[in-house]
This record gives sequence, structure tokens and C-alpha cells, in this order.
Amino acid sequence: MKILMFGWEFPPHITGGLGTACYGLTRSLATEGAEIVFVVPKAFGDEDQSAVRLMGASDIEIDAADPDTQEFWKRVTYLQIGSNLIPYVTPEAFRRLVEERQRQQQQPIDDLVLKAKFDFNGGYGSDLLAEVSRYALIAAGLAGKQQFDVIHAHDWPTYPAGIAAAAISHKPLVVHVHATEFDRSGENINHEVYDIERRGMEAADRVIAVSNFTRNTIIEKYGIAPDKVVTVHNGIAAATDYTGSTTRYLKEKVVTFLGRLTQQKGPEYFVEAAHMLLQYDKNVRFVMAGSGDMLPRLVRQVARLGIGTRFHFTGFLDEQEVQQLFAISDVFVMPSVSEPFGLVPLEAIRANVPVVISRQSGVSEVLDHVLKVDFWDVNALADAIHGLLTYKSLASEFRKHGKNEVSQLTWDHAAHQVIKIYEDVVAISQLT
Amino acid sequence: MRSICFYFQVHQPFRLRTYRFFEMGHEHHYYNDFENKHILNRVAQKCYLPMNELLLNLIGRYGDKFRVAFSISGSAIEQLRDYAPQVIESFAQLARTGNVEFLAETYAHSLASLKSKPEFERQVNLHRKTIEELFGQKPTTFRNTELIYSDEIGEMVYNLGFDTMLTEGAKHVLGWKSPNHLYSNARKPELKVLLKNFKLSDDIAFRFSHQGWKEWPLTPEKFTSWLAKTDKTDEVVNLFMDYETFGEHQWRETGIFDFMKALPAKILKNTDFTFRTPAEVSKILQPVAAIHVPYPISWADEERDLTAWLGNEMQDEAFGKLLGLEKKITNCTQPDILRDWYRLQNSDHFYYMCTKWFSDGDVHKYFNPYTTPYEAFINYMNVLSDFTIRVDEHCVENNKGEAKGEPTIQHGQHEAADSVDADKQADDGDRSHDFSFEHLKNISNAKLKKLLKDIDAENLAYALRDAGEDIRDRVLPNLTKSARQEYDQLTEKMKKIKDEDIARGRDKIAKAFNRLFNS
Repeated sequence: MKILMFGWEFPPHITGGLGTACYGLTRSLATEGAEIVFVVPKAFGDEDQSAVRLMGASDIEIDAADPDTQEFWKRVTYLQIGSNLIPYVTPEAFRRLVEERQRQQQQPIDDLVLKAKFDFNGGYGSDLLAEVSRYALIAAGLAGKQQFDVIHAHDWPTYPAGIAAAAISHKPLVVHVHATEFDRSGENINHEVYDIERRGMEAADRVIAVSNFTRNTIIEKYGIAPDKVVTVHNGIAAATDYTGSTTRYLKEKVVTFLGRLTQQKGPEYFVEAAHMLLQYDKNVRFVMAGSGDMLPRLVRQVARLGIGTRFHFTGFLDEQEVQQLFAISDVFVMPSVSEPFGLVPLEAIRANVPVVISRQSGVSEVLDHVLKVDFWDVNALADAIHGLLTYKSLASEFRKHGKNEVSQLTWDHAAHQVIKIYEDVVAISQLT
Repeated sequence: MRSICFYFQVHQPFRLRTYRFFEMGHEHHYYNDFENKHILNRVAQKCYLPMNELLLNLIGRYGDKFRVAFSISGSAIEQLRDYAPQVIESFAQLARTGNVEFLAETYAHSLASLKSKPEFERQVNLHRKTIEELFGQKPTTFRNTELIYSDEIGEMVYNLGFDTMLTEGAKHVLGWKSPNHLYSNARKPELKVLLKNFKLSDDIAFRFSHQGWKEWPLTPEKFTSWLAKTDKTDEVVNLFMDYETFGEHQWRETGIFDFMKALPAKILKNTDFTFRTPAEVSKILQPVAAIHVPYPISWADEERDLTAWLGNEMQDEAFGKLLGLEKKITNCTQPDILRDWYRLQNSDHFYYMCTKWFSDGDVHKYFNPYTTPYEAFINYMNVLSDFTIRVDEHCVENNKGEAKGEPTIQHGQHEAADSVDADKQADDGDRSHDFSFEHLKNISNAKLKKLLKDIDAENLAYALRDAGEDIRDRVLPNLTKSARQEYDQLTEKMKKIKDEDIARGRDKIAKAFNRLFNS
């Protein structure tokens, strides 16, 4: 089976979980016999290409005078560039971006995209939509030349490419939803992005959702037919054991939050639960690791509640520091309001830290040996943390079963289901 | 005539409400009254009342040839009294026919037999008394919670005055032997043991409405033909099941009532079986052998073991901590504490904490009010924590049969062997060798603070130098700020210190400790 795959990032050049997921999935797909051409905006040359053949869109020139190119371009011009676009990443980055954009004089889009040579930045910079368009154009060109059976596109920046490639090649299209606009922006969604997502899902022969939680969003908020949307839970790659410092300098128990400090991660519920607990038990410290636009508000909240001596902000932590934090943590909490999957709790469990997660997370669907609460139910959240800190056998039951449970969540398992989906869509496309 | 022996179990637990940690110390109502009432009324309407009526009619029709036995837990009786007293009356009506035997069990449907003989005895006596008052029979047959049985438990039961006991005909205990005979206890041959024929019992209780079962639908004719086919030397077939089988687990629509209504006639007409109660079977049959059960068995799951209730760390911690309160409960007369003491012993609470069901068991999910065993555990432990506070406040510990003085020590474990006997030490203030740092772990923060006021930082630093980290963790947070500073400075300096200094420090604490609990 030959797959033409579109992804916006690939390790080691990643900004979030998307690239990691693409890498894990393609490696296992390759062991199942899939041959994958993976198209990224920009190839850096240091990517691991053992499982895929990586192509950078930057390296592909086009001839604007070629009638084919003109034809392809017609198919992708529905993208309205220059309007308010929320990029893929964080809301605070978005704010910067909008300001930057306002300072710049915009080049006419056709000229920009139809240059012979286009240097992609990759990532999610201010030219994101131009890049998305150019990327789609190149995809259309590629689709005419490459031999493949299925097109597989990961998240919205690659959906236009997937649609264009499918239109040219008449091959089945699978779009893979790792996150939706609702996960990134709550209810204040960007409508351009939403439209791109919805068109991608509508055009696809199958939509893969990373959890039932995301699947429900796709069905309810994008109006996609349920029988077209399939859940394939993410895997987690094996990790090397942490060997750094595990010294605990604090005598109090430590409860940890780790993630971007944005509304969707629910950090304020963590603060409220901390406040409740500290009224009963002073021998606990709370650590909030990560950065984000909500930080000032959270600091004020902590100050207002008068728990500042027991509640600590660390800012952004690198991989090593994260492991160090896990090593001194007694409980990890992920109170996300909307979390398509959620890898961090799995890392915590692997570091032997018992976890409390919200039911509004995809990962809660695949874990039994965790405590699950609704993100808004601060009483339940506080009670869960209290239980883990107080009743010893609970944490030890979790430690006994947790690692084993996480080790079952493999990319091989996910890839196996994806192959089935490929076979399905190929079989159906051959009938028609 | 061979015997067919029906015994039905009636039990309803006191399900707990969601109880948060911040309610501890001031909210003492633990039960989900709404849910308990709702379930009890539903089961009363669907099962207890119609099935009692059906049995009463059968007795009316077949007279002495139709007999059955019941065991009704104290928890079920309490809820029936509160929510559906007419059910108690209908059981009493059955009792008055003289064809129904009422068995004894632990009042609270408790697991006490596995952990505490005195508690077990107390509950059995309470249940026996309750049954006698309600139904005018003094039970002579015993059935333990979940049919849990071992040689040792059998011996306890015999010593309590019973001559017959029921348990599971577990394969791993019986081997090639048949459950269809009377057996005796391995230690007390006078105690007769009746074994459940789990194949024929479960055909009714579990498989009756299961359409994937090759024998479905089960008819009275078919069941009777199986009875007729039993080995001619078999003497008794014991059909033991939950009473809720009729109308609740197997709905009326499955035909379970019609089945039971028609069954006696078929059996009496087409076989040489007649219906007898456990007490009668025990009287007319001779035991064929002793049954050896060194490790406890039950009627649950494939394994017929205890792992549904005890065995994972949460279940063991919860049950251990609960029964750890026993010494204080023994002398307690406060009705609300005793009531909760029993209700918290319902085996169901521990069953909800079982982690086996992640892999198997829709049966279990059906009976479980919690989504996960972890929630069940946390909720139970929150309740138990509050209950412990109340017990510590109101109950006096029973030590060596006599109790006086203020209760001061909290026992983490039921085997509180290393606890401080405050009274004894009061007689002998200098017996500081009786003191152990472990005691500090068990006293309240307030007491500890009071104690520490008596000790100067130097002595404390010496004393704690070789104490375990857990002791230091317990003591240090209770120091005042200045004492803590002093202590930290001293420990810094104490690179080298003499053994007698440590001993002196310890001695000081011990004396202060004794003074504290002496006053």
C-alpha cells in the first residue's frame, strides 16, 4: 500500500504533539508494509527517514505559466488569505501575529503563492495561510506525478492539500483530526479555520479522530456523518528511563499541573482545588508548570486566595526538568476543559505518578487506572487529589497497574487500525 | 425420599452518598437514602412481595411437601422496616406456616469472620436475636456472608451453638466428591455442612433467561428431568441463590415466576425428591465425610475465593482500618455509632473496590453504584475517616476487659499490639522503656503539640537523631517556628553526639508522654 501523506511538521522540527504523533504512526505503518511519502512544508534534512520518504514543499518549484498549475490553482483558491486567521498555536502567539500582520503590507496572494520558488517557514508563522495555499498547490502537482493508493492528511493546514491531491488523482482521502478549532479556541472559534476543517472532513472518504471525545465534536459541531468518522486512539512511543535527580527537597507532598496555561487546559480549576485542599491540609504544595496567556490571571487568583506560599509557578520546563518535576510529584492533575487526546498524563504515569484527569479528555477513554472527574466539578477534583494524598493504598494500586496499562497503548495498535481504514477506502473506491 | 433444599438470600446494603473530605468532622450522615429507598421499593415490588405470595400459595397447595429457607441480613431488615414494612409482615406470614426456616448470618452482612472472632460473634448473636424477635424461630442453621467458609469459621460457628452450616460446593474443595451429600466440619464433626450444587443453582439464578445458553428456555420439565438424572446415591440437591433472582435479576417477563410456580408439582410428581429445609436435611442425613477447607471459600466468581472483597491494597486498607476501631467499639453504647459501625461493614462496600472487573464482569457492574473501584475507595475512606473521628471522640477503648480514662491513642491497625496502655503507664511513671516513637504517630496533632511544649529543643534534637524519617516528619511540622529554628541549628551542630544524650532525650519525651496521658 502506497500512501501520500501530508503533515505540517515532523520531528525533530515540532512545536507540539502533532509531529510526534505523525512520527509514531508512520513508523508503525511502515512495519505494517505501508510505503509512505510524507510531505512537509520544509524538509531540514535531519529527519529520521527510516519509515517514510520525506519531501519538503520548499524544494519543489512550479511553473506559473504551466496550464496544469493554473488549473490546480483554481482548485485551491477558495482560501481567503489576509483575513483574521488564528494560527495553529497559542492564542497569545495569535495576538502577536495579528499585530505583526497589521504592520506589514500584504503582497497580492496570487503573486505570492505562484512564485517559481517559495521558501516555506514550516511552523505557524504570519504567512501561514499563504503557506497552506502554496502547499496545496504543490500537493496538487505531486498528486499528478506520484503513484499511490491513499491520501492521508493530518490536521487542517494540510486539508486543502489533501483535497487538491484527491481532486487531481481521484484517490481516496483520509483526514486525521488531532485537534479541532474548538480545542484550540473554545467557543470563540476562527471561522476561516473552522471552514477549512469542515471542508476537509466533508471531502474525506474517512475521518480519523484521535478519541471518541474528538469524534463527537466532529459529528456534532461539523455535522459529519457518524459512519464516516472512526476513532483511532493515539499511541505513546517507548521512552528511556529518567536517570537524573530524584531528590525531594520538600517535606510536603507535591501536586502538579503541567501544560499550556490557556483556558482549554482548565488551570483555574486546579487553583480552586488547591485552595480547597489547603484549607484542610497545609502539608501540600501545588506546582503549576507551563506558560501561556492565562499566567497573569492565575497569579492574581493565587494571590487573592492567599495560597501563594503553597502554590508555585515554574514557567516553561524542558524535557529534563519535566522528568525532574515528575520525580518529586505525588499527584499529577490534568483538568482540561477540552483535550482531544492528552499525552502528558501518560508520561506522568510512566514516571510512577498517579494521575487525576478530566473526563473531557480523549486519554480518559483508554485509561482505567486513573481518577476521572468532570473539569467543572472542583469538589470532586479536590476530593480525588485528597484521596490520592491521604489513602496510601490508592496510589500504590495505581503504580502497580498504571505503567502496564500505558505500555499497551502502542502505535502498532493504532497503525493496525489505520491500515484497515486504508483497505476499506481503497475497496470502496474500486467499486465506484 | 431424597431432598431438594432451596435457600434464598435476602440482602440490601446501605449504599453511601458522595461524601467529600471537607465534610469530615462535621457531617455525619453517610447514606444515599434516596437511592436506598428507591432500590428497596423497586425490589420489594418486583421480587419480595410477589415471590413471597407465590411461595405462600405453594405452601398452601402442597403443605408439608414444600419447604424453603431464607436468610435475611440485618441491613436488609433495617431498610425493610424503614421503607417497606409490609415485606417484613409477609415474611412473618411465611414463618407462621411452619414450612420456612430462617437462617442466621452476620447482622451486617459482614466479612468479620475473616478478621475478628469477637466481632463475628457479636454480630451473629445480634442477628439471631433479631430473627427470633421477628419470626419466632431461633435459628439453628448458619450461613456466612457470601457463603464464606473454612474449617476455622465452621468451628467458630459450631461454638456459637449452630449444628448446620451452608457453603459453596467449590470444585477445588470437593475434587471428585459430589455436593449432593451431607458433609461435616473437619474440626467439629458435629457441625453438618450443606454444599451448594452450583450447576443446578446457577441454571436458575444466572442462566435462566440467557438466550445464548443451549438449554434456553429452561422449563420445569427440563429441570425436573435433570434432577431425576442425578446419581441414585445422591441424597440432597442444594439450590442456594439470591432471592432477588426472582423478578429483579431475572425479570418477570422471562417467565421465572411461572417456572417456580410449576416446578414443585413436576418435582413431586416425577421424581423421588421432596422439599426440605437445611435443618431437616441435617437431621435426617448422616454425613458421608468431613470436608477439608483450610483456606476460606465463597460462592463468588470462577475462583470461589475472597478476591471480590479483599486482596487488593485498597480493600485491605479499608477493611483493616475499619476493624481497627473494634476495641473502641466494644464498650460503645452510643446507638448512632453502633449503627454506622455495622452499616460500614456491609461486604458490598469492599466489593465496589474490586479491580478485577476491569477485565471481566458485567454482573458486577450491575450491582455497583460507582464508575470505578477507585471512586468507591475514596468515598468509603472519607466516610471512614469521619467515623473514626467520632469513635475517637465518643468511645472508650477496651483494654484487657476494663476501660477507664480518656481515650487518646488512635490505632491504625486492628492488631494494635504495640499501642500504649495509658492506664498501665500511669501506675508506673518511670517505665519509660515502654515508650516507643511509634506512639507519636498515633496521637493527634493537638496532643503532639502539647507534648512538644514540654521538651526543649536540645533534648528533642538528641532524641530524634536516630529516629526514623517518618517520626521526624510527624514531629517537626508540629513544632513552633522558633522551636523549629532552634532544632535545625542544633541538628546542624550535632555532628558527633553521645549515646547517653540520645537516651536522655528519649527519656524526657517518654516522661512527658506519660505525664500527658496521666493527667
